Amino acid sequence: MPRWAMVIDLDKCTGCGACMAACKMENNVAIVDSKEAQAGRALFWMDMITTYEGEYPTVAAKRMPKPCFQCDNPPCTKVCPVRATYRNNEGLVAQIYHRCIGCRYCMAACPFTTKVFNWYEPQWLEGANKCFNPDVSVRAVGVVEKCSFCAHRLQHVKEVADLEKRPLQDGEYVPACSEICPADAISFGDLENKDSAVYKLSRSYRASRVMEDLGVEPKVYYLSKRVS
Amino acid sequence: MMDKTHQYDLDQDAALYRPIYQTGRGYYVVGGIFLAVYLFSIYMYYAQIRNGLGVTGMNQPVTWGFYIVNFVFFIGISHAGTLISAILRLSKAEWRRPITRMAEVITAIVLAIGGLHPIIDLGRPDRMMNLLESGRLQSPLLWDVTSITAYFTASTVYLYLPMIPDIARIRDRGGKLTWLYTFMAWGWQGTERQKQVLNRAINILMVMVIPIAISVHTVISYIFSMTLQPGWHSTIFGPYFVAGAIFSGIAALLIVMIIFRKVFHFEDYLKQIHFQYLGTLLLIMSIIWFYFTFSEYLTGIFGGEPHEMNTILYKFSGPFAFFFWGMVLCNFVIPVTILSFRKFKTISGVLIASIAVVIGMWLERFIIVVPSLANPRMELPLGIYIPSLVEWALFAGGLSVFALGFMVFAKFFPLISIWEIEEGRIHGVKEVEERIHSYLPGRELSNL
Repeated sequence: MPRWAMVIDLDKCTGCGACMAACKMENNVAIVDSKEAQAGRALFWMDMITTYEGEYPTVAAKRMPKPCFQCDNPPCTKVCPVRATYRNNEGLVAQIYHRCIGCRYCMAACPFTTKVFNWYEPQWLEGANKCFNPDVSVRAVGVVEKCSFCAHRLQHVKEVADLEKRPLQDGEYVPACSEICPADAISFGDLENKDSAVYKLSRSYRASRVMEDLGVEPKVYYLSKRVS
Repeated sequence: MMDKTHQYDLDQDAALYRPIYQTGRGYYVVGGIFLAVYLFSIYMYYAQIRNGLGVTGMNQPVTWGFYIVNFVFFIGISHAGTLISAILRLSKAEWRRPITRMAEVITAIVLAIGGLHPIIDLGRPDRMMNLLESGRLQSPLLWDVTSITAYFTASTVYLYLPMIPDIARIRDRGGKLTWLYTFMAWGWQGTERQKQVLNRAINILMVMVIPIAISVHTVISYIFSMTLQPGWHSTIFGPYFVAGAIFSGIAALLIVMIIFRKVFHFEDYLKQIHFQYLGTLLLIMSIIWFYFTFSEYLTGIFGGEPHEMNTILYKFSGPFAFFFWGMVLCNFVIPVTILSFRKFKTISGVLIASIAVVIGMWLERFIIVVPSLANPRMELPLGIYIPSLVEWALFAGGLSVFALGFMVFAKFFPLISIWEIEEGRIHGVKEVEERIHSYLPGRELSNL
């Protein structure tokens, strides 16, 4: 089983939020109006966490893009009562939207708060609802959704590689956030492939994962010189 | 208590039959109010179905709110019944006789209400059957479905079986709905054989029902403690929840007893002594509850793990401080003060203590569910949760169903087990005397 992983270089990241926008477009993520977003119902598959350190006048803002960590030992899939979230053959934590009963147990169980819920019937901007990405199913009200590492892109490149009777190349499968990042801060690849850029970066002295001590084995690495 | 004549007389317990045949105007007024609240809550639920869970106050990261709090709370109350009645029956406590029926009714009604709450909480209630079609037994939620269904089945049967002789009595009195009582009495004639079979069935059920009841609240606590979330991931949650459930259950039972004593004039049946004994039980549970709470928070504070501390400080001095200290006041300070002194341990004192405990236990559930979600491990802004009108309405609706359920039950069946009171008069007094003799030195009972 491949271990698709993401490495986010926080030393390169400018916090521009292009990854969030690209993700929204790529995955047909609904737009939540500002009032609802204020109430904590914003739908982000790729989120951006901002924390402030220090006190005025020496304040430092820390920006940290946060996708789903696609844990190897995911706490969310363990608790799902209907197997609407599970770890698929590619080692990715997948969602089955039409099976989800909306109990939100997986959201409560996720230590990283990466899952989001469709509190209302999803809405899109005028016009945007005419140019959905056809590869990603549109979700309905009352189900949980989250970052899939753009699994539809993996399907696509796998089919192409199968037709051409060759193995997947490193860098052939990349999610939208990684592709768009203007600072080249998001690398993506297979950790099992020892020649991949991601494997090398994940072994960097700067690399760490969020709350490694929980033992859930997240597959998103952060690179930072600053000790987090 | 002891009736010297030992008469087998239908009218001896006339007070217990009266609510079935006589209905005052107050009944319709109170019933109407509860019905109105209930209908309003149905309307609100309809709005939730139409619009989605957005009409509630829940959000990310506070993904569970009132519905789950009330689910845990109501299921907790349900432990009043069956568990207490089973334990009292099993321990041959003679004073149980006028209490068991009400306790069992609480269980049946409240379980139905509580069991519905996770369904109210679903984003897609239309897909509820997925739980059966593609349910994963590895998920604690499925454990819940299983054990609550088992408990509901066992406790309704356990409510119904001891009712059969009473139903037969109502059938024999004639009057309204004879066909219904004839059907429900299953041809009960009160023969020795029938009594033997009934007693055996009750004995088997009361032993069975205790582990099932304990499993129910243990498994509910597992929903929380199986996750890695700070404040939830605790090994004592199982027994902590069970103790809390019995605690709130006794309090609810006392409230119900005091209300019906007043409304239906059961003063002759529910005496000072019953409230004294149950009050003592409530006092013990209050102290056990405090012990668990103390252990739970002390271990958290002593270890001082940062995420755990965030949650604890959120409760101790943060936005939830009012609820937390309110809970300590309601669950420990008030009941212990009232119930420790004979002077305060009157029926009205017990009523105040019980109301405090029910409120306190609701707060406890609230304090367990929300702060852990509002303080996720990730460095996110603190979660806020303000329940919406819909959630309040459904809470009020749940309480109304509880009251309505009792009111309807009282119009069809006696709230106090008539045959068990009779049995107490005829056999109980003698049996207890013999039993006490058998405890004392010098005399052996042949049949023990």
